[in-house]
Amino acid sequence: MHPHAGAAARLKVDIARKSFRASSGDALDVLRDLHFEVGENEFACILGPSGCGKTTTLRILLGLDTDYEGSFQLPGLGNGRRIGAVFQEPLLLPWRTVEQNVRQALPHGLRDRNLDSLFGSLGLKEMRNFYPGELSLGLARRAAIARAIAIDPDILLLDEPFVSLDEPTAQQLRHLLLAVWSERPTTALMVTHNLREAIMLSDRIIVLSERPAHVIGTFDIKLPRQYRSDQVKLDLLRSFNRKFPDRI
Amino acid sequence: MTLMSSDKTASGGAAEQRKVMPVVTVLSSFAALLLVWQVSAGLWPSRSFPAPFAVFQTFLAESASGDLPYHLGITLWRVAAAFFVAMIIGSVIGILLGSRQNLDRFFNPWVTLFLNIPALVVIVLAYIWFGLNEAAAIGAVAVNKIPNVIVTMREGARAIDPRYSEMASVYRFGALDRLRHILLPQLQPYFAAASRSGISLIWKIVLVVELLGRSNGVGFQINLFFQLFDVAAILAYTLAFVAVILLIEFTVVQPLEHASTRWRRRAA
Repeated sequence: MHPHAGAAARLKVDIARKSFRASSGDALDVLRDLHFEVGENEFACILGPSGCGKTTTLRILLGLDTDYEGSFQLPGLGNGRRIGAVFQEPLLLPWRTVEQNVRQALPHGLRDRNLDSLFGSLGLKEMRNFYPGELSLGLARRAAIARAIAIDPDILLLDEPFVSLDEPTAQQLRHLLLAVWSERPTTALMVTHNLREAIMLSDRIIVLSERPAHVIGTFDIKLPRQYRSDQVKLDLLRSFNRKFPDRI
Repeated sequence: MTLMSSDKTASGGAAEQRKVMPVVTVLSSFAALLLVWQVSAGLWPSRSFPAPFAVFQTFLAESASGDLPYHLGITLWRVAAAFFVAMIIGSVIGILLGSRQNLDRFFNPWVTLFLNIPALVVIVLAYIWFGLNEAAAIGAVAVNKIPNVIVTMREGARAIDPRYSEMASVYRFGALDRLRHILLPQLQPYFAAASRSGISLIWKIVLVVELLGRSNGVGFQINLFFQLFDVAAILAYTLAFVAVILLIEFTVVQPLEHASTRWRRRAA
């Protein structure tokens, strides 16, 4: 099906149109002519104003919304494709412990895999037998990230995984995400409305317009993350704002 | 409910006391009831209102003759059979109605209708249509209970959080995993509520079924003692059955519920 083996590892999105029908009967276009690609093992961020259809895009890619015109191609092979998803809310099963939550999401062949190092990197070692209700939001988010990473995903899809956290906690979590992602690199797409977050984490920022969303442009950051000091990030922020002056 | 609230307020060191206290409360409560009974039976002595001890003696005599265990066993068997039939059929229909809005709109009047048909009518019709046999008896009891189970389980199915199902579909949970880890835990409280009200309702209806068309069971015996005006025996049979139900409640239902709601009580 795929002409090049390399192409199979890319994320390719070509959504012509996605609309929601309001109860009045009017159709509201959320996405129109949304085209972008993310390369193998690249970390990309979708950045856009709130309500522009970022989450809708992610839901389409997750296969949760099939009512749209267009197509997309995910990395990985058809039926065995593994998608690691981190939703806006942690969505851990409250009636299962942290470890059970992570293990249940594993494909059957990996059910018994050793999770020590993953839990260790995410600082969840002592929380393995806790129920999600006993965790803070930050810890629950870590568990959700552990669940997504543990399956060795072909692609990682993250929907604003750091919202409604206080800034120090969010920053700590960003570092943890980068650490576990760097250990097990995979193609990743994260939705955010936080430009600083995008500059810190991504190889490429895909900037979306207001509704109906399409890509205004992309901002590539070639500099490896360990060289992105505060000063560099500030410079990147300035050049981003020069390139996209209309973005507020 | 009382167990839950005491769990929350008590500190970890008082764990032993926490376990003992409800038992002490329950025992003293029953003792008080016995005392009231004894005193009032002493105030108005009558053959139709025997004292606790007389009832206990009848209980011993009936047990020794083997009558009471036999009839009690038959009734328990009927209760259990009707309970499982009603829970299974009612849950399936209830979950179906709760998850399919069109079906629910169409069948809701049926549910309301069956909910309001008196138990006695169902029993009489079942005996007329299907004969005075065991299947008709158990079926009639189950039909009386099924609408209640449907209503409760329908509520449960409506309350299912679609986000967990979406998570399960993204992570490719199999059908069995979805049932075990996503659906059943969310339905569990509704299932528990339906079973709770189920046992007590079913046991009352089983007695009527036995009285009208069976030649054994507690209901049949009570009818017999009614002809003889033997109140001591009536009370002995009733209390024996209630005791069995309480035993099941404390040794099976509550520990099960305790285990399945562990995550809820430990929540911070």
